[in-house]
Amino acid sequence: MKRTVAAILLAGGALALLPWLRLPLFYESFLYLVFHWIVLATSWNILSGYSGYFSFGHGAFFGAGMYTTAALGTRLDWPFLATLPVAALIAAAMGVVLGAVIFRVKRVRGELFALATLAFTFVVGTIVLNTPIDGGPGMSLASVAVPKLGPSVPGTFYLIALSLAVATVLLAYLIARAKLGTGLFAIHDDEDAAEVMGVPTFRYKLGAFAISCALAGAAGGIHALFVSYVTVGETFSITVPLSVVLMSVLGGTRHWAGPAVGATVITALLYAFTTGDHALVGKAVFGGVLIVVILFMPEGVLGFLVARTRGRVEPMLGAVEPPRATRATRDIGHDMLVARDVRKSFRGVQALDGVSLTVREGEILALLGPNGSGKSTFINVVSGHYRANGGSIRFAGQDIADWDAHRIARAGIARTYQIPRPFAHLSVLANVALPAMFGAAALDAREARRDAHRWLEFTGLAPYAHALPTDLNLHQRKFLELARALASRPRLLLLDEVLSGLTPGEINGAVELIRAIREQGATIVFVEHVMRAVLALSDRLVVLDHGVVLAEGAATTVLSNPDVVTAFLGTAHA
Amino acid sequence: MPSSTLLAQSILSGLFIGALYGLLGLGLSLSWGLLRQISLAHFALAFLAAYLCYQLSHVMDPLATLVIIVPLFALIGVAIQWVFARFRVSPFNSLLVTFGLTVIVEAIIQGIWTADFRKLESSYGAAKFKIGALYVPVPELMTLVAALALAFGVHAVLRHTDLGRALRATAEDGPIAAAFGMNQKALALGLAGLCAAFAGIAGVCIALSYTLAPSQIYAWIGVVFATVMLGGLGGAIGPLVAGFVIGVSESVTMAVISPAWAPLVSFSLLILVLLLKPGSSR
Repeated sequence: MKRTVAAILLAGGALALLPWLRLPLFYESFLYLVFHWIVLATSWNILSGYSGYFSFGHGAFFGAGMYTTAALGTRLDWPFLATLPVAALIAAAMGVVLGAVIFRVKRVRGELFALATLAFTFVVGTIVLNTPIDGGPGMSLASVAVPKLGPSVPGTFYLIALSLAVATVLLAYLIARAKLGTGLFAIHDDEDAAEVMGVPTFRYKLGAFAISCALAGAAGGIHALFVSYVTVGETFSITVPLSVVLMSVLGGTRHWAGPAVGATVITALLYAFTTGDHALVGKAVFGGVLIVVILFMPEGVLGFLVARTRGRVEPMLGAVEPPRATRATRDIGHDMLVARDVRKSFRGVQALDGVSLTVREGEILALLGPNGSGKSTFINVVSGHYRANGGSIRFAGQDIADWDAHRIARAGIARTYQIPRPFAHLSVLANVALPAMFGAAALDAREARRDAHRWLEFTGLAPYAHALPTDLNLHQRKFLELARALASRPRLLLLDEVLSGLTPGEINGAVELIRAIREQGATIVFVEHVMRAVLALSDRLVVLDHGVVLAEGAATTVLSNPDVVTAFLGTAHA
Repeated sequence: MPSSTLLAQSILSGLFIGALYGLLGLGLSLSWGLLRQISLAHFALAFLAAYLCYQLSHVMDPLATLVIIVPLFALIGVAIQWVFARFRVSPFNSLLVTFGLTVIVEAIIQGIWTADFRKLESSYGAAKFKIGALYVPVPELMTLVAALALAFGVHAVLRHTDLGRALRATAEDGPIAAAFGMNQKALALGLAGLCAAFAGIAGVCIALSYTLAPSQIYAWIGVVFATVMLGGLGGAIGPLVAGFVIGVSESVTMAVISPAWAPLVSFSLLILVLLLKPGSSR
């Protein structure tokens, strides 16, 4: 990690010497454009590439920066360099306001997010055009003095853009390696699952968006003086968002350096092909190159290269004792989770119609019921995946019914999904390390990886640590779900049909595993149809039917309850 | 406040421009919703068709060019889809590939017809008639009729025929639909051909009413995307209605406030719809 940082800084330092080499001025202007696009593409990638929220609104933030510098420099006679932080700040503020609205609406993902941000660009552009900010004719920055940093004016722009580019790439690298980056990559693959594992998705998206917008705003401020004349038509167009998307995807959006590579390649290609005598042919060739690259390297240039070097496996730790599944404080027999009159409806279907039940510290509680009785909904409500319409859920003394899922995860509740939902682009190891970082365990990245290795040993997945989840079979993916839930070191573990779809032999193994988890003192609620496992594992049973608790108690009494028999088998027609 | 005649005239012209938005949006919506491809090339194809219509109009009636343009563009669409299927292009990558295609088409257009403005001169061009106090230009009316006919035609096919059901099922879950015996590949090829043919028809409509320039390819992207999203992906009537809404709101804003404010109305409308559509919050 330190080596990469040093390499980036060293490369920046070496490039900073270029203006004193007295090369033809053209090089500095060309390289200025390369750095300009590196900043825009890399900053875009911090939100959009990492988290998968493809924004087509980068032009709005870039434009906000341009007009901030133009207005401050010409109307208020601010020195140019002083306008740049303000440009960044205003762009970031716009991003935060937009994000605070748009990220609240769960449905606005994917193409809808792309479109909403594109529309935002045109709205901002129209406002700028029609208000005294611009007023129509555009703004000239001829009166703004270019600070003297390099030996020439192009040299100065070169140096300013270079510094911002180095800072941006460095930031993109550090974020990718930090907790923020891990969270964003998880959001990319499965946002709901990430939230349930403790990733504060809303905050992370907003934070990444603010950083992304601030950098775009600063780049806009510099560019305003570089072009020295800003117009709405040139600024708030589809060109900026389209270009940054192209560059990032070409380079590889999952890699911190991808956008920089893409920006360099495309700027150079455009320059090489569209200037000179055969501009039209060059343009067509440019289009052709783009098509061929995307067809043959759909993950981008760096994605392609990284995939080819995958398989170099880092040394595995030897067999170790698994870490304790739960946090130490325990008080066996006390009420841990108390649900009172919990209600949840989906468009008229009352999935939970006033469920009240109690989970005691240290026990294994089986949740039974026919299909559609509300078992999985109950798990979803407790884990925060859905929000209850009514009732209270007290966990360790606090009412968590209105909490966001990530907060519930941190408080010590982990769950598995009935249909495994691994993060498709993360390795098996990273999949397990993520909840160790974000869940109740709250480990740092290195400890989380070490812990994850142990959980993989514990669940028998160690040989697949560096495989992708798609390489696992169903049985292994179910165990991966289990390993992920355990890695967060929950106080309460919710298992949603971990055994379904497994062969009898696999079920025996899984039952042993759950026993072993319980030996370590975890409290477990599990939803299951496999009666053999239910009888082998559970201390108590709760039977749900049509969203209400039908029976509760020890296995033998509950299963001989006539209501329960009717719910499962129907009424006999004598 | 403008007079009621001016207002009515601007609503009418809003309907006409909205019809063109809807017509362009139809092909885009079908390929996006049913094939999961975001085809920027749709606009390039439309303008290529417009230029072809312009060129052929020297020797034949502009409307007769449809006989050549429609099958030709259907073929182009099929060819593109064949490549997309061969390489399993993802939705966002389809955006990039079709952008590359757009750049190539733009270069071709510029190479053949130069970057200068071109205007198709025909007997339809200036034709208009009057209903009450309102002027109705004939080319725009033809666009409206074409948009209505195609939208309702496609809607009927999607809703009421086996072919339409097969298409919708394939869009919903390709592998499952294939397991039920639907020829996914052939359906996709056919649909892509149809979308490109629609781009061809839209191109002829553009040639009849508007001045052509290669750079115009990009001018329509924002507003037509808005139309498609507002109208819903994969539908036929939706984009047309959305086109009318956006077209009318734009031209009324132009008449009542000022032309410069027009984009604000349509795009604010779009953002609001995106945020407030039912079922949006958890």
